[in-house]
Amino acid sequence: MKPARPNPLTAEQSGMVIRNRTAGLWKSVFFFATLIAIIALATLILNTCNQAFGMVATVSRTDPATLSEKPLDQLNSTELMDILRKHITTTRLKTLEAQQPLETRTQQELLDLVQERIVQPKIEASWTLFDSIFHRAEIEKIAAEEYPSGVLSFRAWLNPDFILNSMASQAEDSGVRPALLGSLYMIAITILFAFPIGVGAAIYLEEYADKKRWYNRVIQTNIDNLAGVPSIVYGILGLAIFVRLLSPLTSGELFGVDGGNGRTILSAGLTMGLLILPILIINAQEAIRSVPSSLRQASYGLGATKWQTIWNHILPYALPGILTGTILAISRAIGETAPLIVVGASTFISSDPNSPFSKFTALPIQIYDWTSRPQDVFRNSAAAAILVLLITLLSINAIAIFMRNRFSKRI
Amino acid sequence: MTLNSPTQEDNTCALEVRNLNVFYGNFRAVKDISMQIEPRKITAIIGPSGCGKSTVLRCFNRMNDLVGTARVEGEVLFHDYNIYDPLVDAVQVRRRIGMVFQKPNPFPKSIYENIAWGARINGYKGNMDELVEDVLRRSALWDEVKDELKKSALALSGGQQQRLCIARALAVMPEIILMDEPCSALDPIATLKIEELMRELSRNYTIIIVTHNMQQAARASDQTAFFTMDTDRAGIMVEYSETGQLFTNPRDKRTEDYITGRFG
Repeated sequence: MKPARPNPLTAEQSGMVIRNRTAGLWKSVFFFATLIAIIALATLILNTCNQAFGMVATVSRTDPATLSEKPLDQLNSTELMDILRKHITTTRLKTLEAQQPLETRTQQELLDLVQERIVQPKIEASWTLFDSIFHRAEIEKIAAEEYPSGVLSFRAWLNPDFILNSMASQAEDSGVRPALLGSLYMIAITILFAFPIGVGAAIYLEEYADKKRWYNRVIQTNIDNLAGVPSIVYGILGLAIFVRLLSPLTSGELFGVDGGNGRTILSAGLTMGLLILPILIINAQEAIRSVPSSLRQASYGLGATKWQTIWNHILPYALPGILTGTILAISRAIGETAPLIVVGASTFISSDPNSPFSKFTALPIQIYDWTSRPQDVFRNSAAAAILVLLITLLSINAIAIFMRNRFSKRI
Repeated sequence: MTLNSPTQEDNTCALEVRNLNVFYGNFRAVKDISMQIEPRKITAIIGPSGCGKSTVLRCFNRMNDLVGTARVEGEVLFHDYNIYDPLVDAVQVRRRIGMVFQKPNPFPKSIYENIAWGARINGYKGNMDELVEDVLRRSALWDEVKDELKKSALALSGGQQQRLCIARALAVMPEIILMDEPCSALDPIATLKIEELMRELSRNYTIIIVTHNMQQAARASDQTAFFTMDTDRAGIMVEYSETGQLFTNPRDKRTEDYITGRFG
């Protein structure tokens, strides 16, 4: 039988209504905070993709239709050679023949030559992905009016050629290979330099340094503050130390490399190493501090020395945490631009870096350069390069996360 | 200075404590402890929380060195040599005087590695498989784990983990085993097993155990020391005698109050 008096456990009877409402309010605040972050991220990616894909209007200097009745790629080698002989000046032709006789070239190579020397397609205008999908008709109208001889086509700016090509004066021929390799090279040097030093410093500060001594406290405070120093300051530091002071080392003179100056990939890697060192140290310290004291005691209790305890127990236990910090640090380093400008990354380099003493460029530098070009179409290249940068970053992090999971899998 | 191995005839005392005082910063945690630990016997230290039992126990193998603020005065003689002599290496002291902790703390490694590691770092050159089997048998754990030595030690139950910790301590061949409330995190059945094990081990080893559990001290120990807090909150030793004597016929009023439950 139902009791006559109201149930004292209901929200209304027990005065829970206001408490529940407050809790609900906070919950929605936290939800919106998360939502804003996700929207920002989604906008960034959408905006980049919007630029990196879309319709382009290509205008050729010579209409392919005037060269041949068939489409160019269906012609055989002889026909292509005929076109070349007809449309290129004799001197040019002689140079080409001297490089490699036309007869010995493949059909594909000849086709490329025709495209490059005679047809010379050039992208005159580009539209965003959004417009390309939703305002197709208008684009077609504009293109027909402004570029009557042009061809409208869909172009993915991020394509295999973009990754394999090097820098060029035309946006459509440009690629990021030297920049990508430069970035990877630099990150490798950065990690090799900063990881051992950072972990070593963290071990010293956590395990050996006497926190009661004033100088150890000064060191600790300094490292904490260094993590917040603007990156351009590190750039200037790198310029003074690595580029100028240690020039014989960083230019490779000491190793018998015919050197220019110290504005090399090695200088950049070391500068980036300095930049991420405080982040690495702080994170590694945090990881070492989180090793339970029971583990240390167990080790010492068995007659282990301090070093045996650190090497066999503390470091393996702290390694996943240290790697998490390394992931953060790499993410920071790979996207930094300002210090690279100061230590002298070149903006126009078409050769790959082949040693630590090469001149170099890096992805952020390339992006920065392309966004500041007067030609609009380079914005598309920049957007595609941003995607390359993001994908590179994700790949490196994926490797680090994979390593972390392997190490944290305790048997 | 080296501490020579004991001879079987060397029966006077395993450890002699003289006027031991421990300070944490300016606070005196333990005051003027003097006691002689008998070899191959189980000595229990009982007393209320905060009376310095664990602190004293940690002084016996210099584990207090790891606490930055701790300072030890007085002497702890092991084979007639003071382990606090500046020339003594604390690492060797801990090898010869092993320790088992309150919470089971096996390494996050395999059962086999847990035992082998300590022996290896201390330069053990013999057959490792034999050593592992030997200490696991002596810790009454062999039959339970012999088929899964490669499995993680963390997969064992609490009681098994604690016996593994004892086995691990035995593997470095200590003479004395210090146990800091080894059963406080275990259920009664696991506790009983550890107590049986202690009894077994006391034929070859000197065992000093700190415990909150008076029944445990009464059941398992040969000698019992009762600690309490002085008026200045420093730990003092009130009474130290044969276990039966201390529990049935205590000499001191404070001991009697504590064991009859009238304390505080």
